[in-house]
Amino acid sequence: MNTMRITFLGLVCSVLMAPAAFAGTLDTVKSQGFFNCGVSQGVPGFSNPDENGNWSGIDVDVCRAVSAAVFGDPDKVKYVPLTAKERFTALQAGEIDVLSRNTTWTLSRDAQIGLEFAGVNFYDGQGFMVRKDSGISSAMELDGASVCTNLGTTTELNMADFFRANGMAYEPVVFEKADEVVNAYDEGRCDTYTTDKSGLAAQRTKLADPDAHVVLPETISKEPLGPVVREGDGDWADVVRWSLNAMIEAEEFGLSQSNAQTTCAMTSNPVVARLCGKEGGTGAGLNLGESWSYDIVTMVGNYGDVYEKHVGENTPVGLARAGSPNASYKNGGVLYAPPAR
Amino acid sequence: METDKSRIGSFIFNRSVQGIFYQLITLGLVALGIYYIVTNTARNMLERGLASGFHFLGVESQFDIGMTLIEYSPTSTYFDSFIVGLLNTLLVAGIGILFATIIGFTVGIMRLSSNWLIAKIAEAYVEILRNIPLLLQIFFWYFAVLRALPKPKQSLELYDSFFLNNRGLFIPDTVFGEGSSIIFYLLWLTIIISIGIFIWAKRRQNRTGERFPAFYVSTALILGTFFISLAATGFPVSFEYPELKGFNFKGGVKLIPELVALTFALAMYTASFIAEVVRGGIMAVSKGQTEAAKSVGLKQNLILRLIIIPQALRVIVPPLTNQYLNLTKNSSLAAAIAYPDLVLVFAGTALMQTGQAIEIIGMVMGVYLFLSLFTSLIMNLFNRFMKVDGER
Repeated sequence: MNTMRITFLGLVCSVLMAPAAFAGTLDTVKSQGFFNCGVSQGVPGFSNPDENGNWSGIDVDVCRAVSAAVFGDPDKVKYVPLTAKERFTALQAGEIDVLSRNTTWTLSRDAQIGLEFAGVNFYDGQGFMVRKDSGISSAMELDGASVCTNLGTTTELNMADFFRANGMAYEPVVFEKADEVVNAYDEGRCDTYTTDKSGLAAQRTKLADPDAHVVLPETISKEPLGPVVREGDGDWADVVRWSLNAMIEAEEFGLSQSNAQTTCAMTSNPVVARLCGKEGGTGAGLNLGESWSYDIVTMVGNYGDVYEKHVGENTPVGLARAGSPNASYKNGGVLYAPPAR
Repeated sequence: METDKSRIGSFIFNRSVQGIFYQLITLGLVALGIYYIVTNTARNMLERGLASGFHFLGVESQFDIGMTLIEYSPTSTYFDSFIVGLLNTLLVAGIGILFATIIGFTVGIMRLSSNWLIAKIAEAYVEILRNIPLLLQIFFWYFAVLRALPKPKQSLELYDSFFLNNRGLFIPDTVFGEGSSIIFYLLWLTIIISIGIFIWAKRRQNRTGERFPAFYVSTALILGTFFISLAATGFPVSFEYPELKGFNFKGGVKLIPELVALTFALAMYTASFIAEVVRGGIMAVSKGQTEAAKSVGLKQNLILRLIIIPQALRVIVPPLTNQYLNLTKNSSLAAAIAYPDLVLVFAGTALMQTGQAIEIIGMVMGVYLFLSLFTSLIMNLFNRFMKVDGER
């Protein structure tokens, strides 16, 4: 019933809240000393709590970067775990200030439901996972399969499109919470489990025997995942957008968490000097301190640091970056940030 | 002047005038409140760029649903998905109410048994089932059912036509061929005649005191006509058997495990409350009634049917209505185990895809309100029917 409650709360808020309370998230956040960040209920590598309740993951690090930029401290964030179904209502209702919960950027979300996407922190695509012993090697062999998935995602529409386009039948089995999807798939309710491929890799670590399952090669959709804010609050959207861009640009120019201190002290490159907060006055335009991007890199890391730490090849999630769209545009990927100047 | 003042005074201090005045103020405040909520909502939605209105109902939904009682595909509209969800909710509520009533009455009567073991079993049932949260029970039955059942290729089967596996229960579908419609017309006709027989038998008994075996006669009439008409039309009925094709069985009728688990959990849980309602109702009939009935020479089963149950039902029906309403509303927990009910399909997927929370939640609340009021209406009519003549 929790979902119902949040949806309902959102309704009540949009019914009762006066418009005045809606202006200036950045000012509100600065004066209260923290902000609320909506995350998943546990997707390893993206947003996942450890046994002490500390959140980590690349989605969490977007919020930590925003916190570092605004407060000079990456931990002024309160994390609000949300189901896919609850997330937009929670954002609209003002319960959270940033939604960083592997959320796909689509036209209808951008245009119809009062959201503004602040960028892309992971380029993903939907795939299928099956049991190895089923002998299936391609998604085209899935005619008639039972498909487990999550409620309230682009996944539901993509799979309908995919099966319709290929003239195949299927039985959707749609759960409200990700954990129940994994559980039901593990119990054999479905032949295949579909979600974003990064999600499959992450959820596979939760299965009873992860090695008995395999992700099929087909990618059936584009899923650019990124942080989201409320529409109509440009200042706050800028802060979130450029916090993410700063991480990407820092990597491009070789500024990382481990070398930032020394590099900034002796750099002669004007781009790096701007990222270090020594030149350019980028902070004033965003209503932030001049060291905002330096704080992000030293406290959270650049995009590559964050990627390798949470979802890279040496983690349980194990998503190789080289050759994927998430590589820098210089290495054949599509990761490209506008210049921070 | 004096008289004028005192006239105004007596008007102001008049009780009924004061009463009307306060009622008008309250009414005005409520109207103002509603006006404020409506205009404020509209303004806030506009400011946040939220789409509004009911145009989305005519748009293609683009998603599929696992279990549908009507024809449905991704090219159907959002309104169709609303109907699919509504029918699935009605289905699970209807079956749930039927089984909850049967189990509830049985357990309630068992608790009053003079046999110690039977009474204690019934008591244990009630105390365990009603004290564990329903959501946990739903999860328990769902994952217990899933774990216990085999994969499709190792299905349990009966006569090559009934199959049970972790994808559901597959049973043969009856296909009615040409000329079978006459059978249904005859079936309806005999049912109407049977109702007539019941009314006639009751009137005759009131007039003359003679009894007529209306139940046996009408059962024989309905079944007899059905089979004779079947034979006469040359059995235009065939069966479509489920067959294992690829991953799953195709053809036949399929009951998905989510439906089974949800119905089971709802029925078992609500039955524990109904059992207590039934026990209370029967105990509310004073012992003197039984003794008086015995003293006029009525047999045991007639005492139960004519004396105890009619009086007990008057106590049972109002709280029983509550339980039926609870079951219907609790069926919205379906979303947890992927049963595509109204909340999962419409207040879930459709809401997510359109983002029109106010319209969709409003429609869903309207449906539950209507279902509840309708159930109340039926049960109130039934209660009035059960009342003793002359009683208020």
